[in-house]
Amino acid sequence: MKLITAIIKPAKLDDVKDALQAAGITGMTVSEASGFGRQMGHTEVYRGTEYKVNLVHKVRLEVLVDEPNVESALDLIVKAAHTGSIGDGKVWTTAVDQVVRVRTGERGSAAI
Amino acid sequence: MEEVVLNSGDTAWMLISTGLVTLMIPGLALFYGGMVRVKSLLNMMMMSFGALALVFVIWIAVGFSLVFGNSVGDRGLIGDATQFLFLKGLDNSTALIGTIPAAVFIAFQGLFAAITVALISGSIADRAKFGAWMIFAGAWVTLVYFPVAHWVFAFDDFVAKSGGWIANDLGAIDFAGGTAVHINAGAAGLALALILGKRVGFGRVAMRPHSLPLVMLGAALLWVGWFGFNAGSAVASNGTAGLALLNTMAATTAAVLAWLLVEKIRDGHATSLGAASGVVAGLVAITPACAAVDASGALAIGAIAGVLCALSVGLKFKFGYDDSLDVVAVHLVGGIVGTVMIGFVGEEVGLFHGGGTDQLVSQIIGAAAVLAYSFVATLIIGKLIDLIFGFRITIDEEVEGIDIAVHAERAYELFDNNQGSAFALSKGGQL
Repeated sequence: MKLITAIIKPAKLDDVKDALQAAGITGMTVSEASGFGRQMGHTEVYRGTEYKVNLVHKVRLEVLVDEPNVESALDLIVKAAHTGSIGDGKVWTTAVDQVVRVRTGERGSAAI
Repeated sequence: MEEVVLNSGDTAWMLISTGLVTLMIPGLALFYGGMVRVKSLLNMMMMSFGALALVFVIWIAVGFSLVFGNSVGDRGLIGDATQFLFLKGLDNSTALIGTIPAAVFIAFQGLFAAITVALISGSIADRAKFGAWMIFAGAWVTLVYFPVAHWVFAFDDFVAKSGGWIANDLGAIDFAGGTAVHINAGAAGLALALILGKRVGFGRVAMRPHSLPLVMLGAALLWVGWFGFNAGSAVASNGTAGLALLNTMAATTAAVLAWLLVEKIRDGHATSLGAASGVVAGLVAITPACAAVDASGALAIGAIAGVLCALSVGLKFKFGYDDSLDVVAVHLVGGIVGTVMIGFVGEEVGLFHGGGTDQLVSQIIGAAAVLAYSFVATLIIGKLIDLIFGFRITIDEEVEGIDIAVHAERAYELFDNNQGSAFALSKGGQL
């Protein structure tokens, strides 16, 4: 089992969600996030005073996936979140030891 | 003296104008409130509301008399405090001032005092104890606004026999308060910003406006209210009021364009904050001049004010004073532009209209006198309050946010944040 974490542009969230759902991946957690990568934010100006806004608004998507589906899920997310411009985000995976469904107590793959 | 009778048209317009000027308080509260960070929004708005409440009460008690009572010793410096103490003889339904009920004139003028004090609060955002601010508001309006308003607004034989020196002896033109309101508040704002010092992180931490829609709404309400302020200063429903209204519109629109043009050239972007600031800069600048110029003159005043005010907002970083919301750049600079420009473009009296330099000199003297008196007196009042009570909240309170620290409230419940909070039953609640 793997946890896929994707930091993507907020505007691409619906595309990614639809693509994953269409592929039968039915659960995910989404949270608001802010941060920066190579793009290093943008500049705002108020009454002539410039502010460097380093932290850019992003969305963090977390999906638990069974081992055989990891590569295809990664591909789907990357494809759906891709715009080609700077700031598209990043996706990574983390190994997961155990998953338990709170309602039933099921463990492992059955809980995903 | 001819018999004075009530004119119902004048009275109706002044009743409306008084309502319009009242609208400027929430207008200013929103204009300022939108510009501060979300943690100080309520305090910013409360400084305006608090000033209105306190100043109007003092106005009734002694303020009106200090401004419009007979000049003490005919020196034109301050009115007789006892003549209209608690509005003696005027707070009834029959007394007249000019052609309108005394009660209406008193209410209208009282709001001018309140607005002027509220304007100052923009220079001390995020960091002033509310109690200290209220003490300052009461002291300042009494020791600075009332004398200056007497100098400028008290014409001989209007309310009382003898009035103020700027209005009668100097003859500087200030129709609706370019000196008494805006230069006065602007100079006081500078002095108070110096007394309180910079906010934590000034010039280093981003202090961006938390809500530009509030700023624009506030500017729009100010704009509407200003028609009462300027055109109402005719104290009549007549051609002077009409001209004041037209010129108010003309100068304001020109100032918006000018401010945006400066921004576009200097910063590369025409911003909404720039548009809202241009509105106020234009309104400020035309205030003294709105009945003394033609529409072209008003456009010129607005355009010059828009440019100079926009260029002045950066000065606080250069000189290192934290005039948080640019009271100096907008009100002091705008007030000076409008007051002095009368000497150039004033109908009949201005240099460009063949009036020579006499009026120009009078205008400069009037502006300089108000600026100097307000600045010095405010320094003294502010310093005394700081020494006796302490003017600033603690650094921890400031960092956490003045709304929570001073008012125990927050402006917005941005999340459904019930987790972790419960009724404080110890305060007598019983569920």
